[in-house]
Amino acid sequence: MTAIPPSELDRPALARGRSAADADLRSVSAAIRRAEFGDRLRSLALAAPLLVLLALSFGIPIVLLLSRAVYDPTIANALPQTSQALSGWSGSGLPDDAAFLALAADLKDNQAKGTAYELAKSLNARLPGARSQVLKTVRQLEGAGDRPPLEVVKSVPFWSQPGTWPAIANGTHAVTSFYLLSALDLRWNADGSIERVPPEQAIFLQVFMRTFFVAAAVTLATLLLGFPLAYLIASAPKGLAAILIVAVLLPFWTSILVRTAAWTVLLQKFGLVNDLLLWLGVVDDRLDLMYSRIGLIIAMTHIQLPFTLLPIYSVMRTIPPSQMKAAYSLGGRPFTAFRRIYLPQVFPGVMAGCLLTFILCLGYYITPALIGGASDQLISNFIANYVNVELNWEMAAALSFILLVFTLALFGIFARILGLDRLKLV
Amino acid sequence: MMLSPYPTTGERIRIGLLWLWCGLVILFLLVPILIPVPLSFNSGSFFIFPLEGISTRWYEVVLGTQRWQSAIGNSLLVAFGTTLIATTLGTMTAIALADEKFPGRRIVMPLLLSPLIVPVVITAVGSYLFYARVGLASTYAGIILAHTALASPFVVVTVAASLTGFDRNLMRAAAISGAKPVRSFFTVMLPLILPGVLSGAAFAFVTSFDEVVVVQFLASANQRTMPLEMFIGLREKLSPAITAAATLMMGLSIVLLVVANILARRGQKRPAKGA
Repeated sequence: MTAIPPSELDRPALARGRSAADADLRSVSAAIRRAEFGDRLRSLALAAPLLVLLALSFGIPIVLLLSRAVYDPTIANALPQTSQALSGWSGSGLPDDAAFLALAADLKDNQAKGTAYELAKSLNARLPGARSQVLKTVRQLEGAGDRPPLEVVKSVPFWSQPGTWPAIANGTHAVTSFYLLSALDLRWNADGSIERVPPEQAIFLQVFMRTFFVAAAVTLATLLLGFPLAYLIASAPKGLAAILIVAVLLPFWTSILVRTAAWTVLLQKFGLVNDLLLWLGVVDDRLDLMYSRIGLIIAMTHIQLPFTLLPIYSVMRTIPPSQMKAAYSLGGRPFTAFRRIYLPQVFPGVMAGCLLTFILCLGYYITPALIGGASDQLISNFIANYVNVELNWEMAAALSFILLVFTLALFGIFARILGLDRLKLV
Repeated sequence: MMLSPYPTTGERIRIGLLWLWCGLVILFLLVPILIPVPLSFNSGSFFIFPLEGISTRWYEVVLGTQRWQSAIGNSLLVAFGTTLIATTLGTMTAIALADEKFPGRRIVMPLLLSPLIVPVVITAVGSYLFYARVGLASTYAGIILAHTALASPFVVVTVAASLTGFDRNLMRAAAISGAKPVRSFFTVMLPLILPGVLSGAAFAFVTSFDEVVVVQFLASANQRTMPLEMFIGLREKLSPAITAAATLMMGLSIVLLVVANILARRGQKRPAKGA
């Protein structure tokens, strides 16, 4: 029996061992991956119900609303033959008789289907005054008897006016920039450029400017009132600071509606604010504070004050008082020390508080609706009004779109500067 | 801000002015929310001081008439429904997001918080548009769904905060001891994060109970909630009954939020103590 050298014996075993080890390693890492994949799936499954619910109850409604701003198929659906007849039209002057005939046929179809009013309303949004003209034409077509439809349509002067056919031609495109431009007081010119609408039709830029003005005024007022108080709370001894912070949190925890209600009581002509002003001798006569811009700003300042103050306070709390003492002992005058040592450090808090208040002010609805007058309504009130009163969803959607763009852009800046993690609920 | 041991005249003036200014700001903060309280006990029908006499007649109006009673009932129904769904789903989501391996955490978190950022009128109008199409407008389910979207971010944030102090090894220990995930959640994790969960639930309840804009668009005439009844009352005719309703609502929100904050603080303190 010849001895087999151990090395010979072991070689295959060793080789086998190594590959087995490799295989083990592979299978272990695969198992870990599998386990982690399972973990990941499980955590996704845990989060899925809320994400799905939010998508359904919040995401889809918002997307649907915004899509109404750029997608309005009402006219295209109501006037299929007219759209086809207009496809070869140059866009200037009046289209040929075929278009008039197609319009007459479409209007009759709409009357038969009961959609004439919807069409009239939709055209009216683009062409003020069109509603009554469309309905009139529809009625005349119905009662025309033997008169040829072409003649009936041409007998209504509205259909031969210069602006009518371009508006119809624009309306037959379901995807439209009309409403978004309108929300900024802009429109398409006849030659294809964008122009401002005539001043008597311009309303929205003014509303946006008003919203920005009110938001800026409220932000400034909350800063003036809130900064010193935040400073006092941050530097007061613990017990006193706790009492003061409760004074800030109590209004913060009361709903906006309740606080607005309180202000409607206070701002009445014979309310407490007027009593106080008279007693102080600031005014000789009672002021009309309800339904006024100043009343609105006062109430909004009250509601927003904690939102501005709390981020400032949370930054101030982290600044050790010894720094200011050091600045004094190095010869800094109080104002210099404040400006060069304190202010730069609290600046992020000031930015956070002010941006938060400004962003929230842009979306105010309840307080302007209850305390503001007709000329103090902010952009949200116009959105609600377009839905509730005018039933013009497209315009409401376009205004929402622009408000949302502003809000998200500002919030992007907020998150960029401060990080989402800082957004605490106190 | 206190005076230093050896104050100069300038410092005395500065700090005096600071106190004066802050005193006025505190008055500005507190007087408006306290004013409805005495007025709600006024026996007269006007909002004028001095009070004509003390009575609870306006509370009898709010608690005793059918209109307000049904509003209170609707509010409670919607708020409890919202709290239940938002707390359950929000807690599940917070637990999922606490796992660092959760895919796309940085994208999901802002999306979850977006209902707080989007102006509420846009949410209300959008919900009205969509819910009307799917038959959810003018239903309690629709209002609860919309409120859940507004309330769940608060639950996610508070539960996530209480989870930062939760030691995940406890769950591994429970798994090794043979507990199934659901069991270890209920016997190990939930008791430890309960303050955070309850605090989130209180936030959710108050968010729904105070909400008026979405309700205004989604509710039918007999689904009016208490805030909506107040809003309508403020628009039509100012009655002292509104001050009574306001006082009740204010009392409820403040009590719940005080509890929520105490719980949240407890939930976050515990791990610090253990560490």
